[in-house]
Amino acid sequence: MHRITPLLWLLFSAGGTVAALFYPVHLLLLGIAFPLGWLAAPGYDSLHALVAHPLVRLYLFVFISLPLFHWAHRFRYTLYDGLQLKHLTALIACLCYGSAALGTLAAAYALVRFAG
Amino acid sequence: MSMSHTPYHPRWHRERISVWWWLGSARYARFVLRELTSVFVAFFALVTLAELRALGRGPEAHARFLELLSRPWMVGLNALALAFVAFHTVTWFNLAPRAMPVRVGGRRLPDALVAGANYAAWLFVSAAIAFFLLRR
Repeated sequence: MHRITPLLWLLFSAGGTVAALFYPVHLLLLGIAFPLGWLAAPGYDSLHALVAHPLVRLYLFVFISLPLFHWAHRFRYTLYDGLQLKHLTALIACLCYGSAALGTLAAAYALVRFAG
Repeated sequence: MSMSHTPYHPRWHRERISVWWWLGSARYARFVLRELTSVFVAFFALVTLAELRALGRGPEAHARFLELLSRPWMVGLNALALAFVAFHTVTWFNLAPRAMPVRVGGRRLPDALVAGANYAAWLFVSAAIAFFLLRR
């Protein structure tokens, strides 16, 4: 674990930047403005065509995966410090980074299958 | 954020600290709220993954997903997530100059300039994504 700490920190940092730049506008449009009808949402066909583009799928992979590792890193230390669970270090680290890895695999699978 | 800690030693006296220690001061509360933004970041990553899967399964599956997104509790949850994620963005950009100082010609650029560049990038990226989702 100590040996890959720099890599985990890099993923945390990159994921934090992706979330900071891209998440607010996605949340505002797809989570609030479209469902409430403030703005006209793109139809199924245009949304499907957009995601079918390889660059958009690469973008979505980064969009989903890196922020999950950002969460894993931050939430892990929140559990240690906030709930005083320092004795469960290894278990919490495995659960957090493992969940992020699972989410990454699920995103990769969905994006690769989307092409077909 | 060190990984090492001192193992519990029963013969030492340790003052028990409540798990709500961070509610005592505004500084600590702000720190914990900032750390909790990551929960909403993960939440929206999973919402996006779910929408992607629904979109791949066809128009009916996607329509069902949009119906879920338009339920009041879901809109409320997304509004709460937006508040937390915006808090993450602001704290992230304000910390950026101190976490990664930018040097030009041996001199450190002013913090306000580096943070300002981040906010400009945020504005540009948001406008570009809105353009792709709103164009007809």
